[in-house]
Amino acid sequence: MRYLPHTLEDIAEMLKTVGVESLDGLFASIPADCRRSAPMVLPHPLTEWELNAHIDRLAGRMAAGPAYKVFIGAGSYEHFIPASVGFLTSRSEFVTSYTPYQPEISQGTLQAIFEYQTLAARLLGMEVANASMYDGASALAEGLLMAARITRRSKVAVSRAVHPLYRRVVETYLKPTDIEVREIPFGPDGTTLLSAVADPAELAAVAVQSPNFFGCIEDVAAVSGRAQAAGALCVAAFSEPLAFGLFKNPGSLGADIACGEGQSLGIPRAFGGPGLGMFASRMQYVRNMPGRLVGETKDLEGRRGFVLTLSTREQHIRREKATSNICTNNSLCALTAAVYMASLGGTGLRELAQLNYDKAEYLKSQLRAAGIRLPFGAATFNEFVAAFPDGFDAVHSRLIAKGIVAGLPLGTYYPELKNHYLLCATETMSRDDLDALAREVAS
Amino acid sequence: MTEFPGATGLVLNEPLLWERGRRGRCGFSLPSRDVERRPAPAALTAAGPDFPDLSEVDVVRHYTRLSTWNFSVDAGMYPLGSCTMKYNPKTNERQAAHPGLAGAHPLLPADLCQGALELMAALECLLAEITGLDAVTLQPGAGAHGELTGMLVFHAHHRHQGKPRSKIIVPDTAHGTNPASASLCGYRSVAIASNANGVLSPEAVAAVMDDQTAGIMVTNPNTLGLFEENVKAIADIVHARGGLVYCDGANMNAVLGMVHMGRMGVDVLHLNLHKTFSTPHGGGGPGAGPVCVARHLEPFLPVPRVRLVDNRYVLSEDFPLSIGKLQAFWGNTANLVRAYSYILTMGAEDLKRVSQLAVLNARYIKERLKGIYHLPYDRPCMHECVFSDSLQQAHKVNTLDIAKRLMDYGFHPPTIYFPLVVPGAIMIEPTETESKEDLDLFIESMKAIATEAREAPDRLHQAPTRAKRRRLDETAAARKPCLTG
Ligand SMILES: Cc1ncc(COP(=O)(O)O)c(C=O)c1O
Repeated sequence: MRYLPHTLEDIAEMLKTVGVESLDGLFASIPADCRRSAPMVLPHPLTEWELNAHIDRLAGRMAAGPAYKVFIGAGSYEHFIPASVGFLTSRSEFVTSYTPYQPEISQGTLQAIFEYQTLAARLLGMEVANASMYDGASALAEGLLMAARITRRSKVAVSRAVHPLYRRVVETYLKPTDIEVREIPFGPDGTTLLSAVADPAELAAVAVQSPNFFGCIEDVAAVSGRAQAAGALCVAAFSEPLAFGLFKNPGSLGADIACGEGQSLGIPRAFGGPGLGMFASRMQYVRNMPGRLVGETKDLEGRRGFVLTLSTREQHIRREKATSNICTNNSLCALTAAVYMASLGGTGLRELAQLNYDKAEYLKSQLRAAGIRLPFGAATFNEFVAAFPDGFDAVHSRLIAKGIVAGLPLGTYYPELKNHYLLCATETMSRDDLDALAREVAS
Repeated sequence: MTEFPGATGLVLNEPLLWERGRRGRCGFSLPSRDVERRPAPAALTAAGPDFPDLSEVDVVRHYTRLSTWNFSVDAGMYPLGSCTMKYNPKTNERQAAHPGLAGAHPLLPADLCQGALELMAALECLLAEITGLDAVTLQPGAGAHGELTGMLVFHAHHRHQGKPRSKIIVPDTAHGTNPASASLCGYRSVAIASNANGVLSPEAVAAVMDDQTAGIMVTNPNTLGLFEENVKAIADIVHARGGLVYCDGANMNAVLGMVHMGRMGVDVLHLNLHKTFSTPHGGGGPGAGPVCVARHLEPFLPVPRVRLVDNRYVLSEDFPLSIGKLQAFWGNTANLVRAYSYILTMGAEDLKRVSQLAVLNARYIKERLKGIYHLPYDRPCMHECVFSDSLQQAHKVNTLDIAKRLMDYGFHPPTIYFPLVVPGAIMIEPTETESKEDLDLFIESMKAIATEAREAPDRLHQAPTRAKRRRLDETAAARKPCLTG
């Protein structure tokens, strides 16, 4: 086995040093009642070449790549990823190291994560961002828990226009606590009906997502105004941070906590994971934050360097009183996002965001021209809802056979949105692709 | 003369990203514009973030230089206890990056993602067979996320029985994530001490187990590297009072093909695919923390679950007792592909061999360093051994100094000051992928350091001297946090 370096002589010599007769003898401390009665039954081992063929076969049964046009976003977006990003983030020094517990020999990861925190904070307009969480949904759940800790209140209001799968995760995290989740409905323009928030003075947080699940830009300033006036925090979620290249970011709109998914920033969709949980807040709340933080300091010779810091919030020090249980986070994904953001730069990010906006606006106009109704009037970013006539599901299936996935049906998430589809168009879709989609769905 | 790996070479300096750029550069090939520009509503837009503008060359140089400041498994031995820093096979990277998998949208209709679903179903079966448990979820994103999943399963089980419980037993040797995960579920942790042999005694468990206690979290082998030999008796005590047994499987690398978690009495177990199953640690993640359960707890596993219906894989939500969802999507698929590739490459015999050699390597280090460093529990260890600095304290040298000096010799230090039950702990986990020559060099380095501790302790106090940075001021970092630049 090519990963196991021991020769038979090595083993014999080492066993002698250890004073044990055989490899099995090393396990004498395992009592009989814990042992397997029979060996494991696993497939016959594959050579590297057989494994390639096997994975090629599985991957060949996936609708990905040029043969398919997938017009679905919904929290996982197709964006071009420069070769340089994949190349740099595949470097062994980044990939095969661990959490930088020993800063002197981990300055590469530490500086890169410090830079990620900085870029993330600037992108979100927040004072401080952590080193990453698992994904956007768990970041939102942790954001709500953090708001409850800060305010010592035990009710949160979450908009129904927040990604339905994020809300499921929130429900899972909050169920065993005594924190109650109240839903805020959305209105006819596709954005949250803030006027429906009852008794804000009881709330720890009011949470909206912007752009929301329908792609609509929310009035986050109104949410933070209303929440803060009642002593609650404004938690601003997101699943498409590229939007902040064009639209106002959560911090500039008064959000107290901004949390969401960063997959969009150079991370492949990979059938849903790993993604990047982004998490940021006001500095005054930093000691209540979940997750790791990298901070700047100096070494013995006075040179700038970086370390993990404020770890008295964390499980390895505080154990049951920690602000979160997270240990391994999604560091390599944070690095990837940083390399991607650095490659785009401010100028590039702005232009790419504008292009995403324009593609979706173009698709909207083509669909409208084809007589398709777009029910929500709010401004959107790179995805939006279209209402199709009864029987569209047959068209949807027919298009799949042609290699077009014409959006995500919303009926399973929102019973009232039967025949409504969430459509996404990023920079990866050409005008021809968009024209073809509009033509096909109308036929 | 022995030549140790630690050396110095030309290391390049590199400023912060934003100290590099020039306005007007761009390191990205912007897609050509084939639709007209449309102004977004002015009231909603802003100028965009203040990011530095860099060329592709700037970006490549920047991150290439940073990378050279990291120690990594691919560069050398990384015996970080409890973290299983084994070699990460390169073929697994090829498989995870396959465009069909890496480029797949998670919400594709089932017919368009049969490959990934088949892989997930197959991996669940493989992990069930390896652990001896009955049902598996692949959704949790890391070990601690698996623990949370497990605690939610405990919670749901007891609620379903009509008797929610309030406490959980957590040994003092447990990793910090264990009590933190239990707290997230509202459980109060009841700490119990391990006995003079470094393991739990059934009496200690019996003394605290009551009908308000949801169960116990055990790590087996535990964080002292010792097999919890009373685990079956402990499980019987916990079960008799209506509790459940959680096993933190972070140390599964010690017992592949040897133990049967089901027979051991375990109800719920998490695995760290980024430890035992070779997926890379990525500078601190992403990982993957699948959870395996005994049959009676299967109804509580997270949804959706992969099911084979009429010869076609689907993601099914039809599990009314499920605890819900832990991530938006189905898990860290790219890591699932890597772990699956690893298991298929190894097969049953070589996986068992992995544990045999992981234990042999740890035992070899333990034997050869015993007496040079203090061994608080001199018992046959499994995949890791825990020393302390008590022999070096006389020379005013502590565990931190020893760890820092080891860097100069070219090794990543072991885990230090954990587990908490050993003051000044030095927790060494070599893993099976280290050769005898490399172990010998590590042992020689540790011996040389012990000699230096006696004869030239200042070398340890000053260490490291060969790394990119000397010791960093962590107190100042925490006192006046500077978290963004
Ligand atoms: C014994 C033990 N349990 C749990 C964990 C937590 O796992 P993770 O870091 O993947 O969340 C770790 C690792 O860090 C560990 O060593």
